Amino acid sequence: MLELVAVDKRVGRDLHIADVSLTFERGSLNVLLGPTLSGKTTLMRLMAGLDKPTAGDIRVDGNSVAGTSVRHRNVAMVYQQFINYPGMTVYENIASPMRLAKVDKPELDRKVREAAALLKLEPYLERTPLHLSGGQQQRTAIARALVKGAELVLLDEPLANLDYKLREELRVELPRIFAESGAVFVYATTEPHEALLLGGSTATLHEGRVTQFGDTIDVYNRPADLMTARTFSDPPFNLIDVTLNNAQVSAEGLSLGVVNENVSRLDDGTYTAAVRPHHLSMAPSEQHTVALQAEVGTSEITGSETFIHVNVGTNRWVLLTHGVHRVEPGELLSIYLNPDTLYLFDRHEKLARVPSVALEDS
Amino acid sequence: MRGVKILLVFIYILFLMLPIYWLLNMSFKTTNEILGGFSWYPQEFTLASYKTIFTDSTWYSGYINSLSYVLMNTVISVSLALPAAYAFSRYRFLGDKHLFFWLLSNRMAPPAVFVLPFVELYSAMQLFDTPLAVALAHCLFNVPLAVWILEGFMSGVPREVDETAYIDGYSFPHFFVKIFMPLIAAGIGVTAFFCFMFSWVEMLLAKNLTSVAAKPIVAVMTRTASTAGYELGLLAAAGALTLIPGVIVIWFVRKHIAKGFALGRV
Repeated sequence: MLELVAVDKRVGRDLHIADVSLTFERGSLNVLLGPTLSGKTTLMRLMAGLDKPTAGDIRVDGNSVAGTSVRHRNVAMVYQQFINYPGMTVYENIASPMRLAKVDKPELDRKVREAAALLKLEPYLERTPLHLSGGQQQRTAIARALVKGAELVLLDEPLANLDYKLREELRVELPRIFAESGAVFVYATTEPHEALLLGGSTATLHEGRVTQFGDTIDVYNRPADLMTARTFSDPPFNLIDVTLNNAQVSAEGLSLGVVNENVSRLDDGTYTAAVRPHHLSMAPSEQHTVALQAEVGTSEITGSETFIHVNVGTNRWVLLTHGVHRVEPGELLSIYLNPDTLYLFDRHEKLARVPSVALEDS
Repeated sequence: MRGVKILLVFIYILFLMLPIYWLLNMSFKTTNEILGGFSWYPQEFTLASYKTIFTDSTWYSGYINSLSYVLMNTVISVSLALPAAYAFSRYRFLGDKHLFFWLLSNRMAPPAVFVLPFVELYSAMQLFDTPLAVALAHCLFNVPLAVWILEGFMSGVPREVDETAYIDGYSFPHFFVKIFMPLIAAGIGVTAFFCFMFSWVEMLLAKNLTSVAAKPIVAVMTRTASTAGYELGLLAAAGALTLIPGVIVIWFVRKHIAKGFALGRV
C-alpha cells in the first residue's frame, strides 16, 4: 500500500504539488489524469523517491519512505521518452536491475526471456536499443520494469510517443502484464479515453492538486467539480451559464428545457450547465427535445465520427455525431439537447446535479 | 560551374599545403642547399637531419619531454573535468552559471600573464624543470576547455537515463563508469584531443617552466635557431616530426569532432 499524506512540492516559489493525499492499494491500477504541467510527472517522481516532498509524507505499508533514496526503494519507472542504456544490448538492458540484485544466472536468463517473450522482443535481444523502432525501445524499457518485480510500478505517459496501432496494443497488454505482480500500478496520461480504457481508479489533477480520486467510471460520471469534469472530458464539456427557476433551465433568452429528476434539493439560482458533446444531437428525438440555434464554426471528420464546433449564443460548443456530416462554416443549424443529460454545477463549481444518464450504469 | 568549384577547392588546398610541403622539402635538403638557392625539390636528397634527431639525445629527449607533459596534462584535465562537467550539466546550485563562465574566462588571459607567478610557485614547490610543472600549468586553460566541451556532451544525455540507473539500483560511481562514460565516449575522445593539441602547441609556459631536464621540443627548436648557427635542415625535420602526433590523434577522433561541432561546443 502506498500512501501520500498531505504532500507539497515547492520548487523555488512555485508550488508544483499542493496538499495531495492519495492511497493506492496493492495490486491496484491507478490513473493520474491531467493536462500537461498539471503535476503528474512531479507526483510520480515524488512517489518513486527521485524527489523529496517539501512537506507531507510518503508511506509504504505504513513506513515513511520520504527520505529513502530511490536506490533502496523497490520501484520501477517507465518514462514517456524511451529511456534505455544505449551501450547495452536489449538482453543486458532487461537484465540490468537483476544483475545489480545479484540474481543467479539461470534464473536471470529465464526471467529475461520470459519478459522478452511477453513483450515480443525475442528477435532483438542481441541488438542495441538504438537499432530498434520506438515501440521496441519502449517495450525494452517496460520489460526492464517488469523483471524487477517492483512493488510500485510508475508509467509516465508510456505510450504518448508511440504510433496509434502500437499504443492500442500495448494499452491492452500493460495492465494485464503487471496485474499478476501484485504491484501498485500508477499510470499517468493526458487522455481521458485512455483512463477509461484502463479502468481501475483515477485521480484527476489540475495545477498540482488532486481534484478527485475514485473509481474511474465514477469519476467520469460524477465529477465532483467543474475542474474535474473539464479534465475528464475530451472533446471538452459544453458549458453555459444558466438560471434555474422551478426546474426550468434558461440562459440568455435560451430555454434549455425542464430538468425533472435529481433537482428536488436544488435551490433556484445561477448554475453552470454542462453537457457532453455526444449527448447533443443534430436531429430531434424523444429525448432530444430542446432545440437550440447554433452557428457552425468548423467541423472535423474522422470517418466514423464528425466533430462540429458551433457557437450557441456566446458559448463555443462541440457536437459529436456518428458518421460523416458535411456542414459549412457560418451555416445555421438547429441542435437538440436532452435535458436529462445536463450536469449542473453551483456557484462554487461543485457538482449540483448528476444527469440520469450518468446514474444508469453505476 | 562544377569544374570551377573543384578548381577553387583544389587551389585553396594547394595554398594551405604549400608551407607544409616546403617544410618537408627543406627537411630532406642539406642546410647548404637551403641557403644556396631556390629549388622545388631536394637536389641532394638526405635523411641526415632525421638521423641526427633520432640519435642526438638533446633532440629526441625534447619529444619525450613534450609527450610526457602533454599526456599527463590530458589525463589530469579530463579526469578533473569529468565530475565538474557532470555537476554543471546535472545540478543547479548557487552561482553555477557564474562559476561556469568564470572557468571559461581563464582562457581569456594570455599565458604570459601567468609566467612569472608560475615560475615562482613551481620553484618554491621544487617542481621547476619537471614535466609535471608544465602539465599542471597547462591545466589553466585545458581544464576549463574540457569542462566546457564535456558539459555539452553530457547535457545531450537525458537526465532520465541517470534516474533509470538509480532506480535499477546503480550507485553513483558504478553508474558513472558503467553507463554514463560509454555514453559520452565520443565527447571524452574529442576533449582529450583538444587538451592534447593545446598542450602540444603551447610554447611560452612550456619553455619558461623548464631549463634543461624537461626541455620540450618547441623550446629545443628555438634554441637551435639562435645559438648553433643556421641548422635549417635539422629544424625543418624537427618541425615535420612535431606535426606527426597531431595527425595521429586527429585520425582517431575525426568522426567525433563533427559531432562536437554539431553540439556547438568545439
